[in-house]
Amino acid sequence: MIHVSRLSKSFKVYKREAGIYQAIHSFFQRKYERVDALDSISFDIPKGEIVGYIGPNGAGKSTTIKILSGILVPDEGECVINGYVPWKDRKEYVKKIGVVFGQRSQLWWDIPVIDSFHLLKDIYTIEPTIFQESLTELTALLDLKEILKMPTRQLSLGQRMRCEIAASLLHRPDILFLDEPTIGLDAVSKKAVRTFIKKINLEFQTTVILTTHDMQDIESLAQRIILIGKGRVLFDGTIPNLRDIVPDPKLSLEDVLVYLYQKLGI
Amino acid sequence: MRKYSTIFKIKFLAGLQYRTAAWAGIMTQFVWGFLEIKMFQAFYQTEPQSFPMTYSGIVTYVWLQQAFLSLYMLWFWENDLFEAIQNGNVAYELVRPVSIYNTWFVRNLATRVSKTCLRALPILVITFFLPPNYRLTFPSNSTQFLGFLLSIVLALLIVVSLSMLIYFWAFYTIQSLGLRMIFQTLGDLLTGAVIPLPFFPTLLQKMSLFFPFAFAQNIPFRVYSGEISGIAMIRSIQGQIFWIIILVGFGKWLEFRVKNRMTIQGG
Amino acid sequence: MKLYKRYLLLHIQTELEYKTSFLLTAIGQFLVSCNVFIGIYFMFQRFSTVKGYSFEECLFCFSLFLLSFSLAEMFFRGFDQFASMISNGEFDRILLRPKSLVLQVLGSKIEFTRIGRMLQALVMFVYVLLRQPIEWTILKACITVFMILGGTVLFAALFVLYATICFFTLEGLEIFNIFTDGAREFGKYPLAIYGKNILLFSTFLIPYACIQYYPFLYLTDHTTNVMVAFTPIAVLLFCIPVHLFWNYGIKHYQSKGS
Repeated sequence: MIHVSRLSKSFKVYKREAGIYQAIHSFFQRKYERVDALDSISFDIPKGEIVGYIGPNGAGKSTTIKILSGILVPDEGECVINGYVPWKDRKEYVKKIGVVFGQRSQLWWDIPVIDSFHLLKDIYTIEPTIFQESLTELTALLDLKEILKMPTRQLSLGQRMRCEIAASLLHRPDILFLDEPTIGLDAVSKKAVRTFIKKINLEFQTTVILTTHDMQDIESLAQRIILIGKGRVLFDGTIPNLRDIVPDPKLSLEDVLVYLYQKLGI
Repeated sequence: MRKYSTIFKIKFLAGLQYRTAAWAGIMTQFVWGFLEIKMFQAFYQTEPQSFPMTYSGIVTYVWLQQAFLSLYMLWFWENDLFEAIQNGNVAYELVRPVSIYNTWFVRNLATRVSKTCLRALPILVITFFLPPNYRLTFPSNSTQFLGFLLSIVLALLIVVSLSMLIYFWAFYTIQSLGLRMIFQTLGDLLTGAVIPLPFFPTLLQKMSLFFPFAFAQNIPFRVYSGEISGIAMIRSIQGQIFWIIILVGFGKWLEFRVKNRMTIQGG
Repeated sequence: MKLYKRYLLLHIQTELEYKTSFLLTAIGQFLVSCNVFIGIYFMFQRFSTVKGYSFEECLFCFSLFLLSFSLAEMFFRGFDQFASMISNGEFDRILLRPKSLVLQVLGSKIEFTRIGRMLQALVMFVYVLLRQPIEWTILKACITVFMILGGTVLFAALFVLYATICFFTLEGLEIFNIFTDGAREFGKYPLAIYGKNILLFSTFLIPYACIQYYPFLYLTDHTTNVMVAFTPIAVLLFCIPVHLFWNYGIKHYQSKGS
């Protein structure tokens, strides 16, 4: 389903030093620093799996998501998803995926949510009957009935996130990328979002790739964890597998990660 | 007094941060000034006898206008002040032991001065070395130069005290946008930003003198080139001082009323 | 087309949410161009012609130029504000959708407030027609339409060019305003009055003159050379490199990210 092998990506970051002299100097001759965001990443994900993609800030999580969703082109390596290479055949490929960025909204701020949904219907050229079906299903599943007619700006963060998820599922994608979907939510909303993700995964067999810093998201959702740091895959397996490599089995998952981050120096 | 100089310093230094914007501004203003001169040149070449200023007078006017654009622009607003008025945060400022009129006045002054500091000098220096047809000439004599220095400051005070009226007016209306727009467009015209006042039809020229706008950039830019000199110069500067007194007085009165209203309503 | 219609409806819906602010901004746009008009009017109270062109002729140039500009600004505003689309991740979102990128950027922003400017342009246009009737022929009417369309395309291409630069700089390049706002401002007179060099520049580098000065000469019978009337087509030549550059910019963005 998702096949990724030896994916690498590096960025040129230009160094800026303090002081006027340095500023003038760098004006004429910029110093670049090469940063390896991804260094030969490989993994395979079968259909219907929920994978937690975790790692500290700057580990390369969002670079991976951007490559897998076709926004970025990698320097090296291959990636085949559902038979598509994401950054080629962009238009065909993106019909099969849904992406939720926890920090950004795809809904129009001033108009009712349902109108944003109708726009998406046209963007993804969804058949009217299928759209109606999806809408009914998602409204029931995510409990949207009351809020569909409200403008986005009047929604609470939790309500908005539910709408965002629904918006990404209207075209029935095979794969759902969730980038920090619970960020900033209160405990109740977090729990609700987790339940929905689980339901969607069960109901539609949607493959879910989830990046988050919240270990409870991982514990309640992910059947499998891929841990990356400094652009490399450091661990790939189940939560019990992960606990096996730490000496103290009673540690919380959060502490397990802290231990690993420190031990691996990332 | 010290607190106001601190406010000035903070705002002034903050304004100096925007260096890239300043470079872009300088480049834009160069091209703008150049085309403006080209345009007046076309009219001058067609009918020199109808031209109401000397040729070097208009070149000077255009370059000074470009160099001091950020000093006199009427469309510039400190938007957070309007926001504070609208969402009521201004109440916190009203309880402080400083006058908000003075504070806001100083803030506006500092932003304008710091923006101008970055832009004016490069423009002035370079325009002194342009080919004769486009060159900014030196002031005709030292009296004119002194008059220029005095009136450039007075003109700034007029612009700031005018915009202060709009800030305080915003306490009385929910939508201050409309008022601001009328102020801007009418002001732009009467101040001589669209075309210099001498190009106005005679009657309108006389009428414009009844508005404070005519005592802003119109005075220093024409004093510099000697188009306004002698008695006329003294009259103009008197006019500037007169308007500053009126405008500041009116602004202070508005501040007084706003403060009263706030205390009566209990904040 | 259906999608674009949907975008249009949504933008109208949004504007209706803020009626007062919409109205005021539109009036503001009107007033600003009104000032430019008054400037020209005052100049011609004093001077009878400029370089052989009358008040009505200048106004004719200005009204068509302003009309093109405001049309382009209304419908291509997304490109004009492209820097913010890149910095707030909206462009990434657009890449995630199965529709043409250009269409989506177009749909992301439609600035109806520019109706104020268009109104001013139309008023001036009608005024000119009433005061100094051009001897209309079918060809001349077609050319007028071409001038407006060509101008809209030219300004649109300039907005796209500006947006493409954002792929490399990741922030708006303010200096570029000279070519858009600056052109709008100085297009108020037939471009020839600014001298030979400016005319050459606006013929061969950025073809402003091809949608203003040259066809204008034919319309107002300053020349009878019909070839001159077809210069608006040159705008298409300008679009080719812009289009290639845009494609290159997207490639660059997809390999560098933001």
